[in-house]
Amino acid sequence: MTQISKTNPHEPHTVYIKPSRGLTALNLRDLWIYRELVFFMVWRDVKVKYKQTLLGMAWAVVQPVMTMLVFTFLFDRVAKLPTEGVPYPVFSFTALLPWGLFITALNQGSRSLVAHQNMVTKIYFPRLILPTASVFAGMVDFAIAFVILVILMLYYQVTPAWHLIWTLPLFLLLAIITALGVALWLSAINVQYRDVNQALPFLTQFWLFATPVAYSASVISEKWQVVYSLNPMAGVVNGFRWALLGVGNGPDLSLWVSVGISILIFVTGLFYFKSMEKTFADTI
Amino acid sequence: MTTAISVKNIGKQYKIGAAETKFRYNMLRDVIVDTVSAPVRLAKALIGKSDRRMNQNYVWALKDVSFDLEEGKVLGIVGRNGAGKSTLLKILSRVTEPTTGSVTVRGRVGSLLEVGTGFHPELTGRENIYMNGAILGMKRSEIDSKFDEIVDFSEVNQFIDTPVKRYSSGMYLRLAFAVAAHLEPEILVVDEVLAVGDAEFQKKCLGKMGDVAQQGRTVLFVSHNMSAILRLTQEAIVLNKGQLIMRGPTQEAVDYYLSSGQSQVGERVWDADEISTTSAPFTPISLKVKERSGKVVDTVRSTEPVMVEFEYKLSSPVTGLRVGLYVSTMRGEYVFTSFDTDTPELYEKFDTRNAGHYISRAELPADIFNEGRYTVGVNASSFGVKRYFMDENALAFNVDISGAPGTQWGEPRVGPVRPRLNWKIEKIA
Repeated sequence: MTQISKTNPHEPHTVYIKPSRGLTALNLRDLWIYRELVFFMVWRDVKVKYKQTLLGMAWAVVQPVMTMLVFTFLFDRVAKLPTEGVPYPVFSFTALLPWGLFITALNQGSRSLVAHQNMVTKIYFPRLILPTASVFAGMVDFAIAFVILVILMLYYQVTPAWHLIWTLPLFLLLAIITALGVALWLSAINVQYRDVNQALPFLTQFWLFATPVAYSASVISEKWQVVYSLNPMAGVVNGFRWALLGVGNGPDLSLWVSVGISILIFVTGLFYFKSMEKTFADTI
Repeated sequence: MTTAISVKNIGKQYKIGAAETKFRYNMLRDVIVDTVSAPVRLAKALIGKSDRRMNQNYVWALKDVSFDLEEGKVLGIVGRNGAGKSTLLKILSRVTEPTTGSVTVRGRVGSLLEVGTGFHPELTGRENIYMNGAILGMKRSEIDSKFDEIVDFSEVNQFIDTPVKRYSSGMYLRLAFAVAAHLEPEILVVDEVLAVGDAEFQKKCLGKMGDVAQQGRTVLFVSHNMSAILRLTQEAIVLNKGQLIMRGPTQEAVDYYLSSGQSQVGERVWDADEISTTSAPFTPISLKVKERSGKVVDTVRSTEPVMVEFEYKLSSPVTGLRVGLYVSTMRGEYVFTSFDTDTPELYEKFDTRNAGHYISRAELPADIFNEGRYTVGVNASSFGVKRYFMDENALAFNVDISGAPGTQWGEPRVGPVRPRLNWKIEKIA
C-alpha cells in the first residue's frame, strides 16, 4: 500500500492546468496512458449489447441477413439490377459488411459523449476515448457477419479474388477512419445541440441511398463517378467488392477522392473535437 | 517540503440564462422566424460566431482563488452551496478548465467526485470493478492486485458475480466506494462521497480516508459534515461566493465558517443565482427562526418553543413532496431530522402539492436544546424519486439556557439535548 510508485503505472509528473487557447495539442500522451480504458469500454459495449435478449449474439447475424434478403427480393427479383456476374445475395452482403460496421460506429459514436454524461462531468479522461471505443465495438459484429459471408460464398460457389484479398484490411481501415471522423464531428456537436439525435436516422438512411450497397456503382454514369466518390463510403464498398469478389475497377481516381475526403473528415473532426473538448463538461 | 498543488488566481465563469431565452418566444411569428433561421443559427454557432451570447448572463463560480498545498497535507474545503467548492475540485481533477489563472499539480490526481461513475447495471460486480477501476485511471494489473481487498471492503463477496442491477442500493454504493477508495494516486480529491451507505459503512469510509491521509498522500476534502472535516484535516480553507475568504487550522476555519455571514438574524434568503436549475420545480425562498411573538431571532431561549418557517414555491405539481429540516450541532452531529409530512394525516392530505407558494412551519417544543449554536439544514425531496433541493447549512441559531433544568449549578452539560425530564424521587426505606 505504501509503495505507490511501484504499482503506479504513471510516474509522478507535473500537470499544468490553465485555460487552453486556440487549437490545443492532441495530448497523445494521455491517450496512451488511458489506452486500457479503450479496451475496457469496447469490452463493456460488446458484453452489454446483447444482455437480456433472447437471440443474443445471433442478432449480429439476423440484422444483415434480413437486410440482404429484403434487398435480394427488391433489387434482384423485382428490379433486376446488374451485379457484374456475382449472385446478388453475395454481391449485396459483401457491401453490407462494411456498411453495417459504419452505421453502428456512426450511431454509437455520435451518441457516445451524451450517453456517458455522468462520466464526462465527473471524471477526467481523454474524451476521445468515448467515440473511439464506440467505433471499435462494432468490430465484433463485423467479424460475426464475416463468417456468414464466407458461408454464403461457399454456398453460391463464388471464388474469392485471392490475389486482391490482402487489400481488404486497408478498406476496413478506410471505413473505420470515415466512421470515426464523422462520429468525432457529430458527437462533439451533439454535446451542445441534441439536433444530432434527430438528424441521425435521416442521415443514415440518406447515406445508404448514396452508397452502392444495394446496387452496383457501375450504374452511375462515367462522368459522375468522381462526384459520386465524394462519399467515402462509396470507395469503401467498391473496395470491398473489388478485394473480395474481384469486380469493379480497383484503385482509380474515384478511390483516391474517397480516401482524401475520408482523411479530411477525420482530421478536421479531430481538431473540432479537441477544440470543443474543454467545454464538454460545462455544456453537456 | 515540495508543493503538490499550486493554485494561482483561478477563476471560472459559467453561462446562465441560456435556457430561458430559448423558450422566450410566444408568438407564432416568432416561432416561424426562429424555425426558419435555425440552420443559420446552427452554422453560426458551429463556427463560434454565436449571437446567443448577448442573451446570456455570466456568473463567476470561482474568482481569483490562490493557494499552495504541500505534499502530504490534508486540506479541508468548507463553504455553503454554490460557494465554488465543487467547481474548484472539478478544475483540480481536470474535468473542466478554468477561465482564468493556472494550477500546477505534481503527481497523479485521483478524484472521488462521485462514486460509481461508469457502473453498468447489466455487468456483474466483478466486471464493474474492472470497468470502474479503468475509468478512474487504474491499470488492469493494479486492479488485479487489489481485487480481493476491494471485494472484502465492499462486503458483497457472495454477490460478486451477480449483475449489479440486482444489488440493493446499499450494496451498490459500498462496491462503488470500495473501488474508488483503493485508487492510490499521489493526490486525492474527495467530494462528499462519504455521505453514502448506512452509518456503519460511513464510519468505515471515514476510517479509510483517515488511512489515506496517514500514508502521506495529499488530500483535498470537501464536506458539509463538519465533524468529518475536523477529524480528517488539520487545515481548511473557507470559500464564499467563489472567493477564498479564509485559510487556517481546521478548528478556526470551521468556527469562522459556522459563525460568519451565514445568518445574522436567524433568517436565510436564497438568491436566484444560488439555486441550481436541477431543483426545478422547487424554488426555496427563505428559512426563518422565530420566537413566539413572531419576531425573527438568532438567539432563542431553550425554555420557550421556537417556530421554524420554510417558504418556497412550486412551479408545477409535485407528488410525494416532503420538506424537512435537519438540525445539527456546530460539530456536524445531527440532533434530529423531521419532515412536514411525517404525520399520516398530512402525508395523506398533501399526497400531491399543486403549483403555488407555500410555507412549511414547524414548532420546536421547549426544553429540547442544550446551550450552544445549532445549524438548520433544509431538504425538499420525493422519497425514492428525486431530491429537489438541499442546503445542509441554511442557517444557524444560538440557544440561551436561562431557566433551563439544572442551570442552578452553572456548569456546562454534555450532549446536544437538554430535556426537562419528569423526575420522581421516592423514599423507599
